[in-house]
Amino acid sequence: MDWLFLDAAFTGGSRDECSAKAGGACWAVIGERLNLFTYGFYPVAERWRVNLSLVLLIFTLFPILFEKAPYRKYALHIAVAFPFVTAWLLVGGLGLTPVETDQFGGFMLTLVIGITGIGFSLPIGILLALGRQSKLPAIQIFSIGFIEFIRGVPLITLLFVASTMLNYFLPPGVTFDLLLRVLIMVTLFASAYMAEVIRGGLQAIPKGQFEAADSMGLRYWSAMRLIVLPQAMKISIPGIVNTFIGLYKDTTLVIIIGLLDPLGIGRASLADTRWTGLSTEVYLFVAIFFFISCFGMARYSQHLENKLETDHKR
Amino acid sequence: MDPIASLSRLWRDEHSRSVIIQILAVVLIFGLFAYLVRNAIVNLEAIGKGFSFGYLQEPASYDINQHLIEYTSRSTHFRAMLVGILNTLLVAVSGIALATVLGFSLGVLRLSKNLLANRLAHIYIDYVRNVPVLLHILLVYGIIVNTLPVPREAQSLGDIAFLTNRGLFLPKPIFEPLFLVILGLFAAGIVFTIWFRRYAADIQRKTGEHYPVFWISLGAVLGIPVISYFLIGGPITFEIPALTGFNFSGGMVIRPEFTALWIALSLYTAAFIAEIVRAGIISVNYGQTEASLALGINHGRTLNLVVIPQALRVIVPPLTSQYLNLAKNSSLAIAIGYMDIVATIGGITLNQTGREMECMIIVLLLYLSLSLLISFAMNIYNKRIRLVER
Repeated sequence: MDWLFLDAAFTGGSRDECSAKAGGACWAVIGERLNLFTYGFYPVAERWRVNLSLVLLIFTLFPILFEKAPYRKYALHIAVAFPFVTAWLLVGGLGLTPVETDQFGGFMLTLVIGITGIGFSLPIGILLALGRQSKLPAIQIFSIGFIEFIRGVPLITLLFVASTMLNYFLPPGVTFDLLLRVLIMVTLFASAYMAEVIRGGLQAIPKGQFEAADSMGLRYWSAMRLIVLPQAMKISIPGIVNTFIGLYKDTTLVIIIGLLDPLGIGRASLADTRWTGLSTEVYLFVAIFFFISCFGMARYSQHLENKLETDHKR
Repeated sequence: MDPIASLSRLWRDEHSRSVIIQILAVVLIFGLFAYLVRNAIVNLEAIGKGFSFGYLQEPASYDINQHLIEYTSRSTHFRAMLVGILNTLLVAVSGIALATVLGFSLGVLRLSKNLLANRLAHIYIDYVRNVPVLLHILLVYGIIVNTLPVPREAQSLGDIAFLTNRGLFLPKPIFEPLFLVILGLFAAGIVFTIWFRRYAADIQRKTGEHYPVFWISLGAVLGIPVISYFLIGGPITFEIPALTGFNFSGGMVIRPEFTALWIALSLYTAAFIAEIVRAGIISVNYGQTEASLALGINHGRTLNLVVIPQALRVIVPPLTSQYLNLAKNSSLAIAIGYMDIVATIGGITLNQTGREMECMIIVLLLYLSLSLLISFAMNIYNKRIRLVER
């Protein structure tokens, strides 16, 4: 505690200046590099675009997370439009100055990867889970093969695949942006885990529900959409949120293939001779950021479970 | 009959529709695969690279600071890969062991009636679970490297072991031929213990008589070998590390990369295991404990014989996936320079030879086999402890 606050130095130009002032932690390194931690190397003049995207994100999430939001009936439309608008804002083009994706970094990069992965892995995961439960053997085998392959290897090897050999599989002359390749891999990785969580929910639905839907004359997709999935999703909320949290934490792995998320920025700061040796301060700061976001997600999921609880309380 | 009507009839029939969908799916997926493979062949030809694993026999010409088997920079890439596999296995197995012990203790603490222990365990678990594992690894590594002394100011532990930021230097045992006798006695002790436990359980079932199994086993496995070790006259000598220049030489060394990875992975996984253990113990009806106590069985034996065997049925399946996660997370070793599979064959070898495709295929296959191996072992264990129903 003393080391964290009482004996700590909050200002200073280098580690030596810090230790001259106080014997505890040296937080000046965070203060100096706060902008770097937030935006990475995004051009200073264009940073309003990142800020605007964050506002849009809050605007989009608000009606999804809270029932009482005034514009909730448009929530789905907004959510579908959001990725395109934000992608345009961040990458540029069509009237905005283009920004190369290798300038993305810091917390902004974490949010970009995390939210893309979360947004796209859920629908793909649902399809894979339905595929695995399907009565059509061909579809079932492909789903199982895909899910088990992805779950059997570490994310870091998939990211290496994305960074070293994915370009070989594209038609000659076509190259993908590194960030885009990472986004695809992270999404596929999370989808496989998501599929397993949702499969658990599907298996918990009593057979009678499927039979009832059949006897009502509902087709496969209607039965799934109206009867089975709403119940299955409710059961699997804790697992889904756990997968989200896992994915969000796994975004840090991108530093190994050279993208600069907050952890990467922190490591780069430590390479600066003025701040060398302050690893504990830098890593604790990044840890607090992740703790707040992940703990927030976990708490919201508990709230959601309580809200959707339709059983009788004992 | 016109073709459109007959097609739509085919589509409406459930059986023929499912066949059509499956054929379409197979054609689509194999088409995609063929397209990707064709692209890869064209691309590889364009830059003049073949596809072969011949490079594995060429000399690797890089150093690996931690090798469990003989390795020099003149060894082949294949040898480097084996060293990497062994390093991954080492950290995975020792991590699983430590994480299990820590996780079970934390899980029990989380259920403790002692408010302080309970709250502390809760805070610890919440913190660890909500922070990325890579961050834990870097943090632990940073602490080890920045707070431990440099070799010149090494922390001496009784002048035979030295703690520095380059690793923990330990005396290296050198075995003399007579040591084989001790090993033999040790093996015999284990065999005897297995037989004796069965025999004691048998006697207890028949007569109710109870042997002190634990103490007799301990004596057989450890006691007799240790006593005979001193009787023979200690057939082990130690090579003690010594400071030469800027670093220690001789002896054995546990490197900070391994320690950081091992501790960080264990602490991280332990928090998840603790929650699993807690859920497992809660799932055993309290009536079972009460019934056992009412029969006059004491608390310790109640926990061991009644509660834990039933809790294990709930604990083992999710525990398996935590073990798998730990094994897969060990691939993060590359972030701090521990030479595991990813860092050897998927890192330096890949960069030296430029054979991305072959190297990554090897790495993916190795991890898949490791995952399957762990799943397989845990499934066997799960079958043994499962509730036997009629």
